[in-house]
Amino acid sequence: MSETSSKSLFTPALLVPACRDAVRKLDPRQLYRNPVMFTTAVVALLATVLALHSAMTGAGDVGFQAQLVFWLWLTVLFGNFAEALAEGRGKAQAAALRSTKAELMGKKLSGASHEIVAASTLRAGDLVLVEMGDLIPADGEVVQGVASVNEAAITGESAPVIREAGGDRSAVTAGTRVISDQITVRVTVEPGQGFLDRMIALVEGAARAKTPNEVALTILLTGLTLIFLIAVGTLPAFTAYAGQSIPVPVLVALFVALIPTTISALLSAIGIAGMDRLVRFNVLAKSGRAVEAAGDIDVLLLDKTGTITLGDRQASEFVALPGVAQGDLVEAAMLASLADETPEGRSIVALARAQGMEATAPTDAEVVQFTAQTRVSGIDADGRSIRKGAVDALLKLHDFDARATQALRSVTDRIAREGGTPLAVSDGTRLLGAIHLKDIIKAGIKERFAELRHMGIRTVMITGDNPLTAAAIAAESGVDDFLAEATPEDKLELIRKEQSGGRLVAMCGDGTNDAPALAQSDVGVAMNTGTQAAREAGNMVDLDNNPTKLIEIVGLGKQLLMTRGALTTFSIANDVAKYFAILPAIFVALYPGLGALNVMGLNSPQSAILSAVIFNALIIPFLVPLALRGVPYKPRSAARQLIGNLTLYGVGGLIVPFVGIKVIDLAVGALGLA
Amino acid sequence: MDALFLVTLVVGTTALLSWPLGQYMAWAMDPAEGRGPTALFTRISGARGTQGWRGYVTSLLVFNLLMFAVCFALLALQQVLPLNPDAKGALSADLVFNTTASFTTNTNLQHYSGEVSMSYLSQLAALMWLQFVSAATGIAALTALARGIAGRGNMGHFLIDVQRATVLVLLPLALIVGLYMALMGVPMTLQGAAKALTLEGASQTIARGPVAAFLAIKQLGTNGGGFFGPNATHPLENPSFWTNLVSMIAIILIPMACVWMFGRIIGRPRHAAVIFSVMVLFLIAKIAGSVWFESVPTFALRDLPVAQTIGNLEGKELRLGATTGPLWAVLTSSTSNGSVGAMHDSLNPLTGLMPMIRMWLNATFGGVGVGMINMFVYIIVAVFVAGMMVGRTPEYLGHRVEAREVKLAVMVLFFHSLLILGGTALFAATSWGQGSTLNPGAHGFSEILYEFSSASANNGSGFEGLGDNTVAWNIATGLVMLLGRYVPIILPLAIVGSFMAKRRAAQSAGTLGVEDATFGTMLVITVVIFGALTFLPAAALGPLADHFSQVRRAPF
Repeated sequence: MSETSSKSLFTPALLVPACRDAVRKLDPRQLYRNPVMFTTAVVALLATVLALHSAMTGAGDVGFQAQLVFWLWLTVLFGNFAEALAEGRGKAQAAALRSTKAELMGKKLSGASHEIVAASTLRAGDLVLVEMGDLIPADGEVVQGVASVNEAAITGESAPVIREAGGDRSAVTAGTRVISDQITVRVTVEPGQGFLDRMIALVEGAARAKTPNEVALTILLTGLTLIFLIAVGTLPAFTAYAGQSIPVPVLVALFVALIPTTISALLSAIGIAGMDRLVRFNVLAKSGRAVEAAGDIDVLLLDKTGTITLGDRQASEFVALPGVAQGDLVEAAMLASLADETPEGRSIVALARAQGMEATAPTDAEVVQFTAQTRVSGIDADGRSIRKGAVDALLKLHDFDARATQALRSVTDRIAREGGTPLAVSDGTRLLGAIHLKDIIKAGIKERFAELRHMGIRTVMITGDNPLTAAAIAAESGVDDFLAEATPEDKLELIRKEQSGGRLVAMCGDGTNDAPALAQSDVGVAMNTGTQAAREAGNMVDLDNNPTKLIEIVGLGKQLLMTRGALTTFSIANDVAKYFAILPAIFVALYPGLGALNVMGLNSPQSAILSAVIFNALIIPFLVPLALRGVPYKPRSAARQLIGNLTLYGVGGLIVPFVGIKVIDLAVGALGLA
Repeated sequence: MDALFLVTLVVGTTALLSWPLGQYMAWAMDPAEGRGPTALFTRISGARGTQGWRGYVTSLLVFNLLMFAVCFALLALQQVLPLNPDAKGALSADLVFNTTASFTTNTNLQHYSGEVSMSYLSQLAALMWLQFVSAATGIAALTALARGIAGRGNMGHFLIDVQRATVLVLLPLALIVGLYMALMGVPMTLQGAAKALTLEGASQTIARGPVAAFLAIKQLGTNGGGFFGPNATHPLENPSFWTNLVSMIAIILIPMACVWMFGRIIGRPRHAAVIFSVMVLFLIAKIAGSVWFESVPTFALRDLPVAQTIGNLEGKELRLGATTGPLWAVLTSSTSNGSVGAMHDSLNPLTGLMPMIRMWLNATFGGVGVGMINMFVYIIVAVFVAGMMVGRTPEYLGHRVEAREVKLAVMVLFFHSLLILGGTALFAATSWGQGSTLNPGAHGFSEILYEFSSASANNGSGFEGLGDNTVAWNIATGLVMLLGRYVPIILPLAIVGSFMAKRRAAQSAGTLGVEDATFGTMLVITVVIFGALTFLPAAALGPLADHFSQVRRAPF
């Protein structure tokens, strides 16, 4: 997808179909979703009928009416165009994804044999065989085997990833390609509900339901339209009192100029573009609601590893306990880590080798895998039971000698105070010592946290480390708070606690045991490499598996709402100038004195009305780039945010139309249009 | 210079007095558990427990309906009831409806002249009683609103609140002001009209009655219904500069104090200070406009060879000077008081526009209790737009403003403009209105517009120059007053009810602050754009056309 994320908004490839769609969207069934634009279309239709009537009877100024009708319809079309353009960017991606999906075939297993079937016939629970070079036909879990998979079709990254049975790397996605080995996959979704389907619907905008804030704003804009309907609709009665009348086309012009057409025309484009920005950022939100919620986040739960510190902790030191030979510790540490493929495990082996240790695991050795519950790993061989792991977890394994335990504590406390992570090593019932793992804090992360603090967002570091280590890293990285020795239950508990205090919480996670917390959080970003359970539980999926993105996602959510607010303010502020253009023009025939309100010095009443309507139409395409790109977003406090936007879009919205209408009036005069 | 001094004196004194009063009102209306005479009020009313917004609104409506019925009966039967020394006759049914609606809704629009039509029983038991309880209803509603916003989980109980407002707030204040007025020479008697023999030997009937008592609550409760037809321009209702001064203070005192009370109950005095500043800003702007526009003589007199330096004196009580007229006009309409200290019809056109603008906004400071409730509606709209601009789902003091709240707030604004503009349109286009105005053209249109603005805003002042005691006017403005009263009380309480049903969000540096100048600015803009812009076309055809057609400038 990254190949399409170029910055160009206005390439002919997007503009031409958007123009076509703009006309197609005149269909009332589509228009009525946007009450203000629907009203504009109805009123434009009314003006058209009146103009035709004038043309046939020869009464009224047909040229003037025809121009009004033209610009009124153009106002509606510009709104449609904005929406079509926003949708268009997604459509190209959707088409590519759809063609991938169409050609998917699966090898459905029944017993030992398999038959080739179309992917669309696969149901949840079916087992399929995927061999080297095959595309995975449906979302599911690897139940057997290990394979490297190219997920470029989804993520745009061509670096292959490992997918294997069991653990947190078992989920596979339809449309990705197995490039080595073979795996058996159990399908977990029904046809049409897979990740690919969801993605197609998402980028196409088809599944787009209005978000809560969008619904509320639509109500406000519709209400304003009704109020202006009263304000304009009562004018004929008012003028009747003075024994006069106002031509209906002029009233129509006033009405359309006053109702908030600008923001209404751009409203759905803003929403679509907001989702699209997220997609370009390689994050898939399952709903627009989630994107909006991202802007509301008060607390960010950030995993230490990969977000605050570089993913790889490096072993830097072996500290043997008194009475333990340094060599014994190093050997045990190395043996326990040989089967450990994590960066830490590899760094332990590397450090041991660097210190001249050479050890190989016996062939009958049994590897004890790390789990989130036991938090220890190791090896059983030659009657020895070597373990390494988190200090507390390891000490629970046996009733170790009290003095050794105490000695270990003092060593690990020192390591922790220095911000390192201690791993304890034991051989059977004997404590050997500790490994010092060093965390490396990411450059620039401290400044990011300060920024977030200014925005009123609290950051909480989630780590499996003990409290001392966590405190040291927290202090060094500038995070507001930390949760040490965090189990999935602790995380869930923390989220609930924050939420009951009225705060919205965002987190990211990948493992199956993250699923409850992901589901509980207001914005849960699941890593694409994560398990199917995690991906189902979160309301966003990060295709790049980069937990740091959580910070940017919050920014994107805020930008979406700010764009809406800024354009609403601009649109409503415009009314002041439009009033000063149109009102004197209308009323000057009744009360010549009201010409004094013509502060812009517009050419003639007709020119004034026409200029206001032209401005009202032209401002829409003029603002389309802003609607699609979003207003410039800077992380700062709410108070500064408001001052900045109010000055730019509120004051700007007051001034711009005065200038714009005057310029158009001069042009209209020069061209002799009115 | 005199003008500046007087304005500063009145507005400044009242603002200073309003703060301690607001604190007292918060104590009286919303006492801590077990404090104040709550037990007594509970026993009197038989109120049980606390109410949610639906219960509160229901009690409020039933109570008001009951008051309406009783007063309707009293007025309709005044000719057979006691306390009628001058033997006032029966009133027409439509006038009784209009008057009852007018006083029940705290409007006090008067299509009658008190000294001509009303018995003392009508004045005291029906009208003055309503002046108390209708004002108390407004204070009670605001208290309930504030409790909901404060996150209490309930709104209290209407029947207790209305007693607190009447007995603890209005009665003591009315007693003080009434005594002062009586001492300053305002009549306070139940005897019939005095008969006097003039120097020329003619006999004169001088209407009098329990004026001082009536006057006090008329001003304090933003009622405005005068004992006499000419209201406070009548020498016995406003004898001197000093009664005039205290009257003006009394008009705006409680509406100002309501803002502080609101701030105290929600626990955000700084927020209340921002709201107060915004309201004062509008008030000062309108006063400045009025005094300025009124400092030039009226157009009709412009070319006459008379002294032109004092400003427009037409329709003023000259005992009180040219400044006090427009000042009163703004104060009386800035609250929803509606007593008059000058003939509004005779104000210069742009001066006449100022009270109209205030009635269109209806929230600076507005009626007792309800002015702040109306401002709450603008706050919701301001918070919604501003909230988006800070990049969050909009929230007000931790209450999320979503579709339902926006819908209800917009409905209030919509209703207000519908009642004013719709009513004006109906009467401007038909003989109902066309036949009743005393002036042609734009000025006549202003008279109709003013009447409906006054009715919908529950103001009750009259532009006059309107033959408004007709069946059509009585029924139309009666209905407008009722709708214009209860819709803007019910819907805001519903908004808060919806807040109470939701989890409250925590506040941080990322949430919209409502305690700074930026928010104040946002609120001013919202009030101007959502409150005033709607009425600009009507204003153009009324006062603006009136003004500019007299100045005669070249069109285009």
